Amino acid sequence: MEHGTDKMGTSPGQLHRLCRRRTPDVTFSFDGVAMHAQEGDSLLCAITTLASHLRVHEFDGRPRAGFCGMGVCQDCWVWIEGGHRVRACTTQVREGLRVTTRGPLLPGMGAETSA
Amino acid sequence: MSHMDGPGIVIVGAGPAGIGAADVLVRAGLRPVLIDEGRRPGGQGYRKSDPTLGLSLGYARAANYKRIHAVFTALETQIDYRPETLVWSVDGRAAYLAERGAVVDAGLSYDRLILATGATDKIAPVPGWTLTGVYTLGGAQVILKDQGCSIGRKVVFYGSSPLLYLAAAQYIEAGAGKVTILDTTPFARKAAASLKIARAPSVLCNGVALLAGLKARGVTIVSGVSGLRIDGEDGRVAGVSFQAGRRPMRLDCDAVAIGHGLRAETQLAELAGAELAYDATFDQWLPRTDADGRAADGLYLAGDGARIGGAAAAELAGRVAAMACLADLGRSIDKAELIRLRTRRDAYHASQEGLAQAFAWPRHAFADLPDETVLCRCENVTAGAVRAVARSLEGVSDINRVKALTRCGMGRCQARMCGLAAVEVAAAARQEAAEALTYYRPQPPVKPIFIPEPALSEV
Repeated sequence: MEHGTDKMGTSPGQLHRLCRRRTPDVTFSFDGVAMHAQEGDSLLCAITTLASHLRVHEFDGRPRAGFCGMGVCQDCWVWIEGGHRVRACTTQVREGLRVTTRGPLLPGMGAETSA
Repeated sequence: MSHMDGPGIVIVGAGPAGIGAADVLVRAGLRPVLIDEGRRPGGQGYRKSDPTLGLSLGYARAANYKRIHAVFTALETQIDYRPETLVWSVDGRAAYLAERGAVVDAGLSYDRLILATGATDKIAPVPGWTLTGVYTLGGAQVILKDQGCSIGRKVVFYGSSPLLYLAAAQYIEAGAGKVTILDTTPFARKAAASLKIARAPSVLCNGVALLAGLKARGVTIVSGVSGLRIDGEDGRVAGVSFQAGRRPMRLDCDAVAIGHGLRAETQLAELAGAELAYDATFDQWLPRTDADGRAADGLYLAGDGARIGGAAAAELAGRVAAMACLADLGRSIDKAELIRLRTRRDAYHASQEGLAQAFAWPRHAFADLPDETVLCRCENVTAGAVRAVARSLEGVSDINRVKALTRCGMGRCQARMCGLAAVEVAAAARQEAAEALTYYRPQPPVKPIFIPEPALSEV
C-alpha cells in the first residue's frame, strides 16, 4: 500500500485533483507512510487528496482536514520533522519531508517526531 | 532599510487596496515597503492561480483583475515587495515581521502605515461544521485556484453571500462534480435590494449574469434555507438536512462550503491604534476612519479590512488612503482626482450595502442553534457553554469575560472563525442586541509564529 492503511484508513481522499500540475513528482511521508505528490502542492493538497484527514483534534479526538485554506483558522496544523508545527494550507510539500499528525511537545499525545 | 531616502511608508497586504496604495506612492516618487502574507500578489479574491496548474478560470480574464495585476507588475521593481511575510504585531511605529514563518528580530520602523489586511469569510456555525469536508467559501476557492482541487465530488455551497454563486460557478467551470447552492436569504430580498446594488451597475450586471449562467447549467439553487445541519459518517460529511420554507429536505454530499459574506481582518488596525465600532450594515465591528481612511496618527486603512466593499472599492480606497498619507506628509496632491476616486469608491460601497441586504447575516438563527453545537473550533466550546456563561454574566457587556470563562475564541485562530457567532449566541441568550457587547480584543502575535530555540533560551 502506498498510503492509507491503518491510521488514515482506506477511505479515499477528501480533495480531488481537477488538473495535473506540470511539475516533478515528490515523495514524502505522512505518519511513516510514503505518499506521492507534485512539486508546488501544499501539504493540505498533498495529504488530503490521498487521506481523509490531517490530524485529530486535541480535545474531542475527532478528525480535522482544514477549514479556511488561507492560513487563518489554524485548523490544519501538522508537524514536520525537527519539531516544527506548520499550517498544511500554507506550507509546500518537499521531497523527503516527513510529516506527522502529532508532535513531540504534547504530553499524552505520543512522540513520533524526533526532536 | 530600503526607504532611507524618504519617509518610510509600510503597506500591509498586496490585494487590490495595497497595490492601489503602492501605485499612488510610487507615482509620487516614493518607494514603499509592501508586505504580503501570500506567496504572490493579488490578495484572496484576485489570487493568481498557480501557473503550473494550467488552470484558466473566468475571473482571471476579467478586465479589472488583469489591470490590477498589470499595475503590480509595473510597480514591482520600484517598491520593496516582501512576499510570504507576516506582520504579527505593530507597536511604537514599528511592524514586527515573520518571514516564511521565522521571526525577524528587529521591528521594521515606519513613519506611516497603510493597512490593507483584507477579510476572510464570516461564518455562522451550523451543527456538523467541524466534520471533515466542511470548508469556508473562500477556502473552497483557494483550494481550487492554488491547488487545482475541488473540496469534494458533490459539493453544497451554503450560506448567503455573492461568493456562494461565484465559488459555485468557478467549481463548475473547473469541471468539479455536482454543485448545489443553498442560500439562507429568501429570493424576494434580493429583488428588493437590486436598486441599491445597481449604484455600481457592473456589480448588478455581473450578479445577474452569474445567476443566469448557473441556471443555464441546471444548478439547483434553493433560497430561504433554514435549520441546516451537516450529517456525518465516520467524521466525514455525508449530507445536509434543512428546511426550504417549511419543507424538510435532505441532500447527499461529500463536502460543504460555508460562508455569510466577509469579516474584516481588524487585529493589526486595532494594535496600531484604530478604534472599532459596531457596523449594523455588515453586522460586525469595523475600524473608525475618516472619509480618506485615516484611523489614527500616521495610520491609514483601506479595502475590506476597513469596510467590506469588494475588489474595485478596495483598489480605489487604497489610492485614496495613499493620497491622504501624501497630503499629511506635506506633499501636494491632485484634489480633483481625490474627489473622483472617493466618488467612485462610494458608489461601490453603496452597492455593497445593497448586497448586505440581499445576502443577510442569519441573526435569528443563533438563538435556535442546538446547545451541543460547537462554536469554537479551536477550543471545542459549545453554544450551550457560551449561553450559560453569558447568562451568568448578565450586565457584563465584554465578550472577553465570556471568553475568559469558556475559552470560546481563545484558541489559535483568535476568534476569527467563531467570534461574531459567539457574540450573537451570547447576546441572544440574554435577549440583547449583538452591538450591546464589546468585541474580542486582538493579541500579538496576531497569528501563531515559530520562535527558534536560541531565542527562547535567551528569555
